[in-house]
Amino acid sequence: MATTEKYVGQPVLRKEDPELLTGRGRYTDDLSVTGMLWMSVVRSPFAHARIKGVDVSKALEVPGVVAAFAGSDFEWAGPLLMAWPVTDDLKNAPHMPLTTDKARYQGDGVAVVLAESRGAAMDGAEVVDVDYDPLPAVTDVEVATEHGAPIVHDDFGTNESYTWSLTNGKVDEVFANAPVVVRERYRIQRQVPNAIEPRAILVEPNAASGHFTMWSSTQIPHVLRTAMALATGIPESKLRIVAPRVGGGFGSKLQVYPEEALALAVAKKLGRPIKWVETRSENYVATHHGRDQLQEMEIAADEDGKILGYRANILANMGAYLRIIAPGTPVLGGFLYCGAYMGEAYHVSITGVYTNTTPVDAYRGAGRPESTQAIERAMDALARRVGKDVVEIRRMNFMPPFTEATQSIGGLMIDSGNYPATLDAALEMFDLEQMRKEQQARRDAKDVRQIGIGFSTYLENCGWGPSKVIGNVLQYAGGGWEAATVRCHPTGKVVVITGATPHGQGGETVYAQVAADELGLKVEDVEVLFGDTDISPNGWDTYGSRGAAVGTPAIAQAAARVREKARKIAAHELEVPENEVEWKDGAFRLRGAPDVARTIPETAFAAWRAHNLPSGVEPGLEGSAFFDPENLVFPFGAHICAVEVDTETGKVDVLKYVAVDDIGTVLNPMLAEGQVIGGVVQGIAEALYEEAVYDDEGNLVSSTMTTYAIPGAPDVPSIDVGMPTSTPSTTNELGIKGVGETGTIASPPAVLNAVVDALTPLGVTQIDRPATPETVWRAIRDARNGTGGAA
Amino acid sequence: MTNVSVTVNGQSREADVEPRTLLVYFLRENLGLTGTNVGCDTSTCGSCTVLLDGESVKSCTLLAAQAEGHEVTTIEAMADGDTMHPIQDAFHRNHGLQCGYCTPGMVMAAASYLQENPSPTEEEVREALEGNLCRCTGYQNIVTSILDAAGSMSGAKA
Repeated sequence: MATTEKYVGQPVLRKEDPELLTGRGRYTDDLSVTGMLWMSVVRSPFAHARIKGVDVSKALEVPGVVAAFAGSDFEWAGPLLMAWPVTDDLKNAPHMPLTTDKARYQGDGVAVVLAESRGAAMDGAEVVDVDYDPLPAVTDVEVATEHGAPIVHDDFGTNESYTWSLTNGKVDEVFANAPVVVRERYRIQRQVPNAIEPRAILVEPNAASGHFTMWSSTQIPHVLRTAMALATGIPESKLRIVAPRVGGGFGSKLQVYPEEALALAVAKKLGRPIKWVETRSENYVATHHGRDQLQEMEIAADEDGKILGYRANILANMGAYLRIIAPGTPVLGGFLYCGAYMGEAYHVSITGVYTNTTPVDAYRGAGRPESTQAIERAMDALARRVGKDVVEIRRMNFMPPFTEATQSIGGLMIDSGNYPATLDAALEMFDLEQMRKEQQARRDAKDVRQIGIGFSTYLENCGWGPSKVIGNVLQYAGGGWEAATVRCHPTGKVVVITGATPHGQGGETVYAQVAADELGLKVEDVEVLFGDTDISPNGWDTYGSRGAAVGTPAIAQAAARVREKARKIAAHELEVPENEVEWKDGAFRLRGAPDVARTIPETAFAAWRAHNLPSGVEPGLEGSAFFDPENLVFPFGAHICAVEVDTETGKVDVLKYVAVDDIGTVLNPMLAEGQVIGGVVQGIAEALYEEAVYDDEGNLVSSTMTTYAIPGAPDVPSIDVGMPTSTPSTTNELGIKGVGETGTIASPPAVLNAVVDALTPLGVTQIDRPATPETVWRAIRDARNGTGGAA
Repeated sequence: MTNVSVTVNGQSREADVEPRTLLVYFLRENLGLTGTNVGCDTSTCGSCTVLLDGESVKSCTLLAAQAEGHEVTTIEAMADGDTMHPIQDAFHRNHGLQCGYCTPGMVMAAASYLQENPSPTEEEVREALEGNLCRCTGYQNIVTSILDAAGSMSGAKA
């Protein structure tokens, strides 16, 4: 039966939920294969040490241990894939799955032990004898660039890997002549992504055929298959990678990890299935980290605060090795140091720096949270300097509304935008006047608990991405299209196969919504298959808010091809020319006699039987498409945060948080809001709580869930979300922008601006991240002593 | 090896395990009840929360042998056939889960808490969830789900 019900835009409940809610979802660690061995990785306790020898013999004496290997026991076809050489002269040290010469960070893999049980593998790893010669370590990104700093990769003679820069307009002239120049310096502290499911891998070899199946808790089975072929020499045609249920990623599972290559290589060596499951403590050192930048941000303006130019110099900590997209991660924010604002001149310079730390790569937002916090905090500094309100300074500098792609001073061709509109909507939801009154009352009363209000009127770029742009302009090695197949079964059910790899976002549900609408079906008649390279041979997986913006148009295109063929069959069956049937209310209907109709299931049945197909029409009803967008997409919005700061203890509580985001067409408002709320809370945690801390020797001090402050339910507020679509994207026909990362991009500066606003009467003009009670307390004390604040 | 016998989801189950085996691995690896997840090794995240004699406990904090003679309830026993438990149903209707990994622990923690406090406030629910971490949802829809479940469960009783 055809249905006229439309699903896009409706809060359709998730197809994923029943199995996940009843404990029947299968994550990688839930899978076992008969005869499998457990793998444990021996990791360097030193951040920097020469390896003089590795002796695995004691491990082999542990009951249950079957084999143990050092790095020198492996011959690799190539290093782990690093796919983004952002400059031609970038210095990339090949990252091999086990290091053989030096350990370059605490957690660097040195050997592996294979055993019949998880416990025996760990016991064996404990007794592998590695002869380390410890070396001085460098963890701080600025110190690493100084003369005499320990060198992470000896051959380079420097820790600087690359400098990427972008200049638009006469930057030096603008800054030299500007009446006002604001100079800010920010440290973006390192984050540990902490997906609640640690990584896990299971490899099953087939010795007779030479095929290997790998289940991995990964965001990127398709990219990983290619990368594994390059590292192990096992051809892609004999490699099947499956991402079953994945317990969160946030970028940390957008990676090609040593353990994945090792599990494959060991399975090949021993001819047995191999399982590896990361412990949480191991996750802290062995799964990549995020952020970690030092930013110098400048704005040139006239006396009124009208912005003339932007200049940002960024040191980006890469950790010990360049991982899959690490050099490009800060560059993703490189076009956004002007935010949603106008200007005449723009310069950004980003230098990637090696240190003796866990490699840094994409973490929810990847580069844009960093640039957004720089510009949004600098906007407040500019407002303070010229004596303007923080709302007014934003309004007077916004790019005016536009519905066709428009060039920004940061070099982006932005799809569409209406920045004042989201600010207006957020102000209406927030009731600024009332909160300002309360703030003033507390100030007048010299209340211990002061109120601050912070804004973030962000713009971001996502929907990774247009292959020509990311390849030819950004020097990314891969593509950014997405693939889809829509297959209609004879009894009316439809299977959608996508090359995207949703891992918690609700892709199964929204993809089914779109396909159901395109084909006039019920959403429950559509099954969505993904995350298996044998089922969906092509794809670029899920990250960079691309699942909706790039994955969905591919499905709509594939469905359109199904309809194109079905129209021929429908017309033939109705014995009329094609142009006499129209697609209306979910079926092909005879013009003027809409009750004479054929549905997609009816044409699918006809195409399956093939008894009476029009001449030249092949049997079967399915369509495939590859969608490669011409441009990125550019969500934006306004977030407003009110905090209460206890000026005696430094404790910050979020009182109220309003998030208004324009994400173009909203496919499922319930899921979109869920993405915003989760992202905002993750960003609040970044602003107030979380920091990966290394000591001078390179030991990760915040190395467990007890010492790294992931907030719990009592620590965070409820978020008020508004989502008025005013500007559909012009990048895809569905008008979709992205929503997966907007929350983490927008929220940290809103929170930090609020903290500074609360403390302005005390003379505080700058606050470090995260704004922990100690940090806030020290800022207040320094301001009282006349030693704080530089803006 | 030690023989451990525990009543799990109403059935007496036993297995020979290494003495160091944690309850969560006994459930997952000896009994095949993989709905209970492991998210950390410091008893912080709460993903492995089950009911022990009706009260929530992180199943990584107990040795399997310590559960000898006790009754354990896991996420697999919460639904009644195809009918989800009101807490599971509330999570579904309120989008209280994204990746789903913390979800079984959240549901079990909520089941135990709503026994103690059948009509909690939002703040009380937030406090009750202190031992269960979620990285996806920002907790908001989890809290909404539990408040919703509290309503429907007390309504069902009335």
